[in-house]
Amino acid sequence: MLDILLPSLADGLLLGFVYGLAAMGLTLIWGVMDVINLSHGPIIALGMYGIYLTFTNLGLNPYLAIILVAIAGLLLGVLIYGVAVHRVINAPHLSTLLATFSVNMILIGIGTAVFTTTPRNIDFSLGSVTMGPITLPGKRIAAALAALLVTGLLYLFLYRSRPGKHIRAVTDNRAAAELMGIRSSMILALSFGLGTMLAAISGGLIATFFPFTILSGGGYELKSFVIGVLGGLGNPLGALLGGLILGALEGIIPVFMKTTWVPVLEFILFVLILLIRPSGLLGKKS
Amino acid sequence: MILQVKGVSKWFGGLEAVSNVTLDLPEGEILGLIGPNGAGKTTLFNVINGIYPPESGTVTFRGQDITAKKPYRLAKMGMARTHQIVQPLNELSVEENVMVGACYGREDHSLTSAAEISKEVLDFVDLSEKAELLAASLNVAQKKRLELARALASRPHLLLLDEVLAGLNHAEITAMLNTIGEVRDQGVTIIMIEHVMHAVMNISDRIIVIDYGKQIAEGTPNEVSRDPKVIEAYLGDPKLAEQLAQSSD
Amino acid sequence: MKPLRNPGLWLALAFTAAVGAWPAITQSPSSREVTFTILMAVGLASSLNILLGYAGYVSFGHIVFFGLGGYVGIYLVGVLNLPFFVAMILAGLSSGLLAFLLGKALLRLRGAYFALATIGINEVARAFINNFEPFGGPIGITLNFQIYNNYGGAATALWMTYGTLVVVTLIVLFISYMVKSSKFGLALMAIRENENAAEVMGVVTPNAKTWAYVLSAVFPGMIGAIFFFKNGHIEPHDAFRLHMSIEWIVMVMLGGFGTVLGPLIGAAAYQRLRGLLLVSSLFKNIQLAVAGALLLLIILFVPAGVVGWLRHRFTKLRRVLI
Repeated sequence: MLDILLPSLADGLLLGFVYGLAAMGLTLIWGVMDVINLSHGPIIALGMYGIYLTFTNLGLNPYLAIILVAIAGLLLGVLIYGVAVHRVINAPHLSTLLATFSVNMILIGIGTAVFTTTPRNIDFSLGSVTMGPITLPGKRIAAALAALLVTGLLYLFLYRSRPGKHIRAVTDNRAAAELMGIRSSMILALSFGLGTMLAAISGGLIATFFPFTILSGGGYELKSFVIGVLGGLGNPLGALLGGLILGALEGIIPVFMKTTWVPVLEFILFVLILLIRPSGLLGKKS
Repeated sequence: MILQVKGVSKWFGGLEAVSNVTLDLPEGEILGLIGPNGAGKTTLFNVINGIYPPESGTVTFRGQDITAKKPYRLAKMGMARTHQIVQPLNELSVEENVMVGACYGREDHSLTSAAEISKEVLDFVDLSEKAELLAASLNVAQKKRLELARALASRPHLLLLDEVLAGLNHAEITAMLNTIGEVRDQGVTIIMIEHVMHAVMNISDRIIVIDYGKQIAEGTPNEVSRDPKVIEAYLGDPKLAEQLAQSSD
Repeated sequence: MKPLRNPGLWLALAFTAAVGAWPAITQSPSSREVTFTILMAVGLASSLNILLGYAGYVSFGHIVFFGLGGYVGIYLVGVLNLPFFVAMILAGLSSGLLAFLLGKALLRLRGAYFALATIGINEVARAFINNFEPFGGPIGITLNFQIYNNYGGAATALWMTYGTLVVVTLIVLFISYMVKSSKFGLALMAIRENENAAEVMGVVTPNAKTWAYVLSAVFPGMIGAIFFFKNGHIEPHDAFRLHMSIEWIVMVMLGGFGTVLGPLIGAAAYQRLRGLLLVSSLFKNIQLAVAGALLLLIILFVPAGVVGWLRHRFTKLRRVLI
């Protein structure tokens, strides 16, 4: 039993870092501006295609290409904010939910037309690492390390840089931040950009080991919701923890029952957390 | 006694917003609740009104223990309130706003009779001309009167008024005070939180002063305004202290 | 003003009935299929509007009631051999019961949290049914073709399901209007505008919200039963398509949220538009993108929807523009 459980758990945990990164993007945007970004999924998918296209057409190393994907993700996020979100940022939730969902439809629509829905995959290998009973694919380890690195950089940015501090101020209290002279629309746009950047990066990392289509982002978007709620919406570090928990569950559950039960348990957990501790496992009691 | 509050305390994290407050309110009285900003007056309203359950103490309304009962249960028992920050139902008409009070308040009216009550109450607070407009389109003074109208439409025994005079000009204050006096004459008991000192001192039968969540004085307007503890509490706010001194003349 | 004397209501019902009768008059199966899709959308969007438009609660996963109704209906007809109409009613009641139980728990959540939870519920349902062997797991349930013989053969059964849908749609519109012009509707709208204030005024908010949720779930359950009976086959992927329930929201917003006519107009317009985009070679591939762009324009510039905008523009017509 243990010799199945351990590798499966390790596998799940490595994946959890990447899930956590995607959720971090979602939860960052929620924390700063109370918007649930329903265009998260297609952006993850676009991140996948970013890596795929640079790899198959230009032969670029996927881990270098991640930098390009990150920049593109940032710019795309700022654009989405400016076009679709800014005008309704103070409207009721329904407006921002639908505005970001319309972006979802636009991206999926164009994506389907351009890329079709034929599954793609990126064909390269990093070998594997064996430790005792556990054999881990190199690409998973690299992705987990990359996710950790990005998380570290995000924290440096949020806590050490000026714009980062402004983001935290706006998260805390937008009205007060504005009184202090912070131009909140710039900060909101930047935060949205960072959120989509994280989604695109995570998509790029996932593309290195799973096949995908333009519709694949949807599943990861749902996982991001679960993780975001586990870690407490608005809490980026909580998202990493939530990602690890979800990864661990995905590693452990299939050892005991059919893989198809994984989503049932995941979403039951999701609804329960929402009901019992909407501020997440790390958050204060409601 | 229509309302009895016994030893009520309410904490927010480490802050005791209301601390061991006890008060008795006989039927037909107007009780003024005064104190500096942040003293816990609105929190006390929220406890009485069932918005927050208190950590300790009991609230009794018309002989029934209502501690931690939901606001909608209290509304049906005859308690109504207005809000310090007006809470209009923006996309409904002024008339519909008032009808909600009549339909779901103490008397549980049908839409037809609620419409009649709404007409009568809007007349009373002088908002009849605006009945068809959306509540969002009213100005602040009108929204305050709408709050009052909604509360009255529920035919309450007890009315909690949270700063209904704030933001009104002199003439509007006089008009509102007249209205409140008439409401009392109809037999409604009233507690009012107020910062407009001369007004509350004039209309109240009794005053309770709250500071840092504690009740620091109680008595007739005259007694309270001479109480050294009250004057001290207001020293942090010279403008209020001055008003307080003037109102005792 | 007696609610039943409102000409707006009777115009809407007469119009819908006329549209519904047209394929029967012309005896055209192809126009019947087009109208079926449109009326189904009208019924679903109008049901959702009771919760979304009147009470202001955004249910993203409303499709769960459609899917459950479909499963219950097809199971009762296909496996337990119950008559279709009985199965349809029971399907509606099952969805209503599910909404009642869910409502007790979920409706404590507000705003985006409720919306997220409804997505979670739909995904739980989909994933669960995928594993639920009595309902065929991932393969689903396929009706034996012989079943249609009980209803005069397949061709007649198609007309029968269509007729049933027309009637159900008319009932939904009528109920939507009756709710809106009732005391219960006033409570829902008070909740939508300011839930705390509504509570203070005596609206028993947990009950009102739960009943709105139940009411908005019963008809999608019945329509699900009709649709999948006609379809002859159901599987988790088709029954719980999250995308479809978001389309209903789009229809409600397009037509005007919180109005009776809004979902009718919005659903009809959206389905027509999609039909046109699908046959145009230019837009076929990017019809989703065009629909998305349209939705975005509405959210940004006409948030009240067509009917809301008209009500605002022509105040004299308010009484008719229900």
